[in-house]
Amino acid sequence: MVVNRLSALLPLLVIVGLATSLQAGVVAEEKSLYRNVLVFEEKGLRCMKFGTHDNARQSCMEIADPVAMVFNPPRMLMAGLYLLPDPQRILVMGLGGGALVATLQTLLPDSEIDAVEIDPAVIRVAKKYFAFTPGKNTRVHAEDGRVFVKHQLRQKKKYDFIALDAFDHISVPEHMTTREYLQELKTLLTDHGVLAANTFSSGRLYDAESATYAAVFGPFYNMQIRNRVILAMKSGQLPEMETVRRNAARLEDGFRPFRIGQDWLLPLFATGNRWPEETRLLTDQYSPANLLMGR
Amino acid sequence: MAKQKILIYLITWWSGYFVMAMELLGGRTLAPFFGTGIYVWGAIITLFMLSLSIGYLLGGQFSARQPSLRKLGAILLLATVAALPCAAIANPILERVFEATSDPRYGALAASIALYFLPITISGAISPYAIRLLVEGLGTSGKVAGMVFFVSTFGSTAGTLLTSFYLVLIFEVDQLFFGMMAISALIGTAAMLLGGSGQDEGFRHGR
Repeated sequence: MVVNRLSALLPLLVIVGLATSLQAGVVAEEKSLYRNVLVFEEKGLRCMKFGTHDNARQSCMEIADPVAMVFNPPRMLMAGLYLLPDPQRILVMGLGGGALVATLQTLLPDSEIDAVEIDPAVIRVAKKYFAFTPGKNTRVHAEDGRVFVKHQLRQKKKYDFIALDAFDHISVPEHMTTREYLQELKTLLTDHGVLAANTFSSGRLYDAESATYAAVFGPFYNMQIRNRVILAMKSGQLPEMETVRRNAARLEDGFRPFRIGQDWLLPLFATGNRWPEETRLLTDQYSPANLLMGR
Repeated sequence: MAKQKILIYLITWWSGYFVMAMELLGGRTLAPFFGTGIYVWGAIITLFMLSLSIGYLLGGQFSARQPSLRKLGAILLLATVAALPCAAIANPILERVFEATSDPRYGALAASIALYFLPITISGAISPYAIRLLVEGLGTSGKVAGMVFFVSTFGSTAGTLLTSFYLVLIFEVDQLFFGMMAISALIGTAAMLLGGSGQDEGFRHGR
């Protein structure tokens, strides 16, 4: 009976397969344990997305100039360096096409970088289609981010800069939204360490996320386009905009080849993010992030 | 007699609810240590299926020895007690397992065994035991078994839907655990109290 059902499904599978490969601009598809990784090209850009019906771009690069950062989330995460220009040890959660890691390892060749990506298929695609080559001080780990953090805590590892880029607007790993997780990351940071987190939260999740970050880190800079980047410090003391501007000026030449700079990044720096008093924090005990999104 | 029948079906329904709610919350409990990947769900589901299968076997065996509603209530209470560590001391247990195993697959499996093997095995004993109490003759045994499967699996449906769609939006994981244990304790105690005459019933059918 099972065989019968399978054979009935076969024509359907063939059609779905054809539809996928016929989709405009699709260059490659990589099978994944999670969501299949699609590489497609349009308007001089090569982008990565997950699954056929998902329109969220995970990463993009300019085919003519692979070094340029053309995708907003990693560009905004680079602003973390405006708070701490020369981090020695860096942790990047979520690889995508590898744009952030590639830029960081070129800019800071002596810094040690740990990049964590849950999906080995994404790592393969980054290397094969997005010109990503791990540098001599870069290690890429195929592991769940929260599990990786637990292991690093056990080994008493420390990082000066942690960049989180593990979310998209379709699905949020709920165990990576909680107060406990942020506390674990805070423990991993050195005293002057910086956290930069990219999220796509909306609705009630936006407020819950703000409240949770504030509860763990205190005040933060909030950068908002379609996505959002939160910049926070372990010390809880944000540097004044004066210092941020000075660091930005110092980094301007280094940033130029990647086509990012202070003219675009500095105006995005905002504080004074507000949320309702009674906003419930996200914790390991209470983390319905995906249900709160868009509500 | 009708009152006892309803109580037996209620226990069956509730145990179905309890098992699936525990399974979903198990995913939440394990996530901070082992992630939420397919292997974590694989480990949890494997352990729940294994525990249930053993529970069915043991429940069937146990039902051959002077079955009574009172004993069914005792099984439910026992499952409740066995589930206590899932809420009270899950984190220390998970820390210990995490220290011992670095592989997330076997770590998740070991953690599932440590937390869920006992309560789910005991819960598995409830359905076959309930069938034994409800069956009045050979001719209706299939009908009764079908009804018990229906009620218990319908309970599982409710436990899955309510927990994952609604209850996690309102309650903390531990609140859900303790809430379910309170309900289990309540129903189990009721069965112990009302199970007196059922014991005679059991004797009559049992020997």
